[in-house]
Amino acid sequence: MAGIPHDHYKPGSKGEKWLHSRLPIVGLLYDTLMIPTPKNLNWMWIWGIVLTFCLALQIITGIVLAMHYTPHVDEAFASVEHIMRNVNGGHMLRYLHANGASLFFIAVYCHIFRGLYYGSYKAPREVTWIIGMLIYLLMMGTAFMGYVLPWGQMSFWGATVITGLFGAIPFIGDALQTLLLGGPAVDNATLNRFFSLHYLFPFLIAGLVIVHIWAFHTTGNNNPTGVEVRRTSKEEAEKDTVPFWPYFVIKDLFALAVILVVFFAVVGFMPNYLGHPDNYIEANPLATPAHIVPEWYFLPFYAILRAFTADVWVVMIVSFFTGGIIDAKFFGVLAMFGAILVMALAPWLDTSSVRSARYRPMLKLWFAILVFDFFFLMWLGAMPAEEPYASLSLIASTYWFAYFLVILPLLGVLEKPLPQPKTIEEDFNKSHAKKATMEPSPPAEVPAE
Amino acid sequence: MMAFFGKITLNIFVFFFLTATSIFAAGGGDNYVKDYKFSFEGPLGSFDQNQLQRGLKVYTEICSACHGLKYVPIRTLGDEGGLGYSEDEVRAYAENYEIFDPELDDYRPAKPTDHFPEVVDAGAPDLSLMAKARAGFHGPMGTGINQFVKGIGGAEYIASLLAGYTGEEKEEFGTVFYENTAYPGRWIAMAPPLYGEDVDYDDGHSNELKYEAMDVAAFLTWAAEPKMMARKHVGFRAVLFLILLSALLYATNKTLWAPIKKKVA
Repeated sequence: MAGIPHDHYKPGSKGEKWLHSRLPIVGLLYDTLMIPTPKNLNWMWIWGIVLTFCLALQIITGIVLAMHYTPHVDEAFASVEHIMRNVNGGHMLRYLHANGASLFFIAVYCHIFRGLYYGSYKAPREVTWIIGMLIYLLMMGTAFMGYVLPWGQMSFWGATVITGLFGAIPFIGDALQTLLLGGPAVDNATLNRFFSLHYLFPFLIAGLVIVHIWAFHTTGNNNPTGVEVRRTSKEEAEKDTVPFWPYFVIKDLFALAVILVVFFAVVGFMPNYLGHPDNYIEANPLATPAHIVPEWYFLPFYAILRAFTADVWVVMIVSFFTGGIIDAKFFGVLAMFGAILVMALAPWLDTSSVRSARYRPMLKLWFAILVFDFFFLMWLGAMPAEEPYASLSLIASTYWFAYFLVILPLLGVLEKPLPQPKTIEEDFNKSHAKKATMEPSPPAEVPAE
Repeated sequence: MMAFFGKITLNIFVFFFLTATSIFAAGGGDNYVKDYKFSFEGPLGSFDQNQLQRGLKVYTEICSACHGLKYVPIRTLGDEGGLGYSEDEVRAYAENYEIFDPELDDYRPAKPTDHFPEVVDAGAPDLSLMAKARAGFHGPMGTGINQFVKGIGGAEYIASLLAGYTGEEKEEFGTVFYENTAYPGRWIAMAPPLYGEDVDYDDGHSNELKYEAMDVAAFLTWAAEPKMMARKHVGFRAVLFLILLSALLYATNKTLWAPIKKKVA
């Protein structure tokens, strides 16, 4: 199915031929696994497998947890304690699931920033990128609803704050919020529908993951040079690529194993580190926690949400010209979703003809600032809503939008890119020939070319 | 390979950054929590069975007057890796409590299969999960790095609170508040429960205030996380297994790619 010329599956035995003429499933799996993959992929191309692993881990542990969990406001908190104390291995299941969400988001952020740096979003991979953004949105929805299920204080108050955002939408906001909550406030109806949707969304994600993989198997992988695989003949394509199996499967599994060492150390030794202590207090609608803080992976966008208060001039102008329909609260909501929307629009905002930031000296710098900005926003999201954090949030949010809306379009015109290698083979040979001369033993041989 | 280790270090750095930021959210404030040393801290730490048993005695004789442990089944007092009482000892202990049985529509002595009673009369919070619902010492210098190594530190908070009364009191709207250096806001409605030498320990351990506070804090940590030892064992086995697996996969990968890379050199 890939556009890169390669050998296709040929049924050998009689049984294979019989099946292949009726359902070419083995061929599909063969072509998927044997897809020609650029041989110069670096270690930032491992996150796909980590993400697939996370999805499987979350679905499997989640299904077992659902066997023991009770989605009712009077029993949810106690049923989680039942899982922790009485279910065989239940404490591990729950800690794997809770920390699995964090690993999932670490991996997805690495994956997204990889794409932004190497220009993986650019033509012809726009559809892969857009589907990826949809997956990311669904992940956020799933994680948010999952955090409500233990019915602790942060579950309840987080749900109250976040569903309140939908109430900020003009005209339909109140109705939408009521629909989302199943009533006027976060209650049993909310818990039930969140449980139901938390179970549904991962399967939607799984479906989109298949489309995501299908899309980039059609275009072929991007690679650190951003130079396309040669497609004129199979011989040339084979100089640029190796089959995904076994070369990249083994490489990715090695990376996954290393990451899992850290993951299991966290689960085994500090499983509550990434959580909030308040969530071990049962939800109480009458007692508001001192600080309502979302989970760490929402913090950057939470900071953007809070940055646009009523005293910001942009908000004032927009509010004035829309006759107050877009007030500060709604503006914040628009900014938060807008922050993800501009990222999704990157393929059309980036005007440069060069894909990889490796050959874009100016983009490298702005991209480094974007990464810093992301962490800075994350830190700001955890701070109380007061000065100096409010002003800093505004500056950091502005940079986020400026990167996509101003810097990406302008750089295509202003920047003078460095020369790119002609082929992937050339890049691969160069990096490995160089390494051979650098290694003291065995003594460097004469490069072949 | 250098690039690879560069990436890994970067990822580890990123991970620490992520985790460090999260902790800005937890804890912090005007309260002072002392960095007590507990045997169960860190990846290698384990519960001190004698300390848990002493803590149970403090809980039973003092705390249980106002605070329940409604999520803790009494039978778990016999669990390994925890207090480790024998079946008979657990049964005898259970009979200390009268619980309401809806089937009998009457009170009866508790059995090991029952939970510790829920105590609501005094309006005091349940203590089952208190050791996980509070953050402890948040250092050094407010970074929370110690929490990454030693755990969130609810036990430190509980011990600091119990030993943190200054002796000052004030009355507001008919309620007496007691000054406490560990309590956020400094004024707590709970009267000082421990003064030192409140409980006679069976093992002859000193019953100074500091030890009573630490012992009951350790017991409450067990009550909140009874599977801590099992969890750390799983963690150890998983980490060792995965290190071995990583090494094997590393070697496989190296061998697999060698011919591809050799073509170049």
